[in-house]
Amino acid sequence: MSTTFWIIIAGAIATYLTRIGGHLVISRFDTIHPRVEAGLNAVPAAVLTTLVAPELLNAGPAEWAALVVTAVVSLRGGLMAMFLAGAAALIVARQFAG
Amino acid sequence: MSAQAISESGDRSDFWQGVRLSMPVVVASAPFAVLFGALAVDNGFSVLEAFLMSALVYGGASQMVGIQLFGQHVAPWLIVLSIFAVNFRHVLYSAGIGRRIAHWPVIQQALGYFILTDPQFAVAEARAQSGQTVGFAWYLGLGLPVYLFWIVESALGALFGKLIPDTHALGIDFLLPIYFLGLVLGFRKRPLWLPVVIASAAASIIAYKTVGSPWHVSIGAIAGVLLAVILPPHHSGVKARP
Repeated sequence: MSTTFWIIIAGAIATYLTRIGGHLVISRFDTIHPRVEAGLNAVPAAVLTTLVAPELLNAGPAEWAALVVTAVVSLRGGLMAMFLAGAAALIVARQFAG
Repeated sequence: MSAQAISESGDRSDFWQGVRLSMPVVVASAPFAVLFGALAVDNGFSVLEAFLMSALVYGGASQMVGIQLFGQHVAPWLIVLSIFAVNFRHVLYSAGIGRRIAHWPVIQQALGYFILTDPQFAVAEARAQSGQTVGFAWYLGLGLPVYLFWIVESALGALFGKLIPDTHALGIDFLLPIYFLGLVLGFRKRPLWLPVVIASAAASIIAYKTVGSPWHVSIGAIAGVLLAVILPPHHSGVKARP
């Protein structure tokens, strides 16, 4: 077996541990403290924000236009509408702004 | 119709409802799967190895970091550690989603955690928040198409990677931020949403500038979660127990 193969296997195991680990820890407690529950409820906004925020540092006019369109559409539309509108705005804006 | 037939047809429609919701994810992740395959071969992976990594690790950003380091001949243990670091945010997803799928049989739960990606968590969590049950059929409908497209497109990227046209003009490099922003905004009715977003955004940008990637994800996420933990429970909409 090649080194590459073992890197892939170990990487897969490490990844699965992160995906099941939080549950294994939390499920050891019979009751969840209200503050822990508040923390868990904050997880989606907290984690997903970190995947977007640093992108703003390198964003030019076209990227900002796409994000603004996405935000506006998200007030009314569903996920698909918002995604397509944002992507369309990005492609159009890049024709002009590069 | 017997009760069993009713529940089977309910499962089937739940499954297809999940499949419908998976479509934006399939579209947004396709370029990254192809790009991963192309980069993997470029960095010394075989087509089979690129396919295996997508099938077994199944985490886009961590796979990119993994092959990047592999191409730079970094020590194997450090590559695995980096994959672990990039994927560490899933610990939080896992703790959050466990509450929603605890009623599934253990085997189904084990499989459910295997496909627990960013969009999988966000869409499932949004469903739970709207008061609907997160069933296994629905969850699989949401996750399975993304997984299958991901591994097939990775292999295609590895085979034909050099043929990708101008990715910048097509906006491919910026599709995921757009998608993730949409997911963040989808949670805006949650208590403490704005403070959490501001705390996470500020912390992740500062960490990105100082500590560097991928640690900015975990640091930013922990900042937002800690804020929700520290603020008095009446702000967070969680009732204190007597």
